[in-house]
Amino acid sequence: MQASPLEHTVLFQIGPVPIARPVVTTWAIMLVLTGGAWLLTRRMKLHPDRPQAAVEVIVCGMLAQIESVLRRDATPLLPLLGSLFIFLFVANLSAVLPGMQAPTAKLETPAALALIVFGSVHYFGVRARGLAGYLASFARPKLIMLPLNLFSEVTRTFSLMMRLFGNVMSGEFVIALVVSLAGLFLPIPFMALEILLGVIQAYIFTVLATVFIGAAIGSGERG
Amino acid sequence: MDPKLISIIGAVIAVSFGAIGPAFAEGRSVAAAMDAIARQPEAAGSISRTLFVGLAMIETMAIYCLVIALLLLFANPYVG
Repeated sequence: MQASPLEHTVLFQIGPVPIARPVVTTWAIMLVLTGGAWLLTRRMKLHPDRPQAAVEVIVCGMLAQIESVLRRDATPLLPLLGSLFIFLFVANLSAVLPGMQAPTAKLETPAALALIVFGSVHYFGVRARGLAGYLASFARPKLIMLPLNLFSEVTRTFSLMMRLFGNVMSGEFVIALVVSLAGLFLPIPFMALEILLGVIQAYIFTVLATVFIGAAIGSGERG
Repeated sequence: MDPKLISIIGAVIAVSFGAIGPAFAEGRSVAAAMDAIARQPEAAGSISRTLFVGLAMIETMAIYCLVIALLLLFANPYVG
């Protein structure tokens, strides 16, 4: 039986700061992603070779997805949302490798990502509408909606965090339970389901972040 | 009664009853999306995208219950 999902194994300490296992996993993922991106974009050509063409397909696909949600030019949002999706994709699937544990299965990583989304919603909102216009959008459609709108800013960030954490963590928990009950082959369908869930959660987190930012920018058609 | 036992029962009740509502809601929304795709197959892309976002919203309710259950089991403030 595995230990509490709310506690951490501290691997080592840097000065007074204890470094837990999800942090090290996150660093490894960051290293792999950054190094991979650097290697793939080092020598870009007008007529792309295979790796560059694959990367272009991924980037253009994400751009098209974001634009179909926002229905406006999404190029300024692509760096944030694209790296969010790629990081979540790799982080959720990193538990498939033996000995690894998904960093999103601990509470702090989803909390940090949700805070990034929370901050960038206001950043893009203020940038698109100006400070006064953005603040006025909270009092819409009527002034009486103001406390509800402010409240929903907090709760949706909280639910963004809890959704990712709950899904990934419960998946790992179920696998751990099945392993402790029934050994060798029975966990395999659960692990396949967990791969599917990880991809879907990465997608949902990114789409929700897109929708929130779109609502803050005021794209008009969706929100 | 032992507070540990009560929290275990509380966690079971939270998850089992908290899953009922989202299960019905997800079933209804998937059925409605299937219906819409059957009527209008060319809109399948945008329907399924909206469906996923809606399902995520609905699923959050069940996940809140799960979080409450986990708090009761692993981070219970009332059990020493």
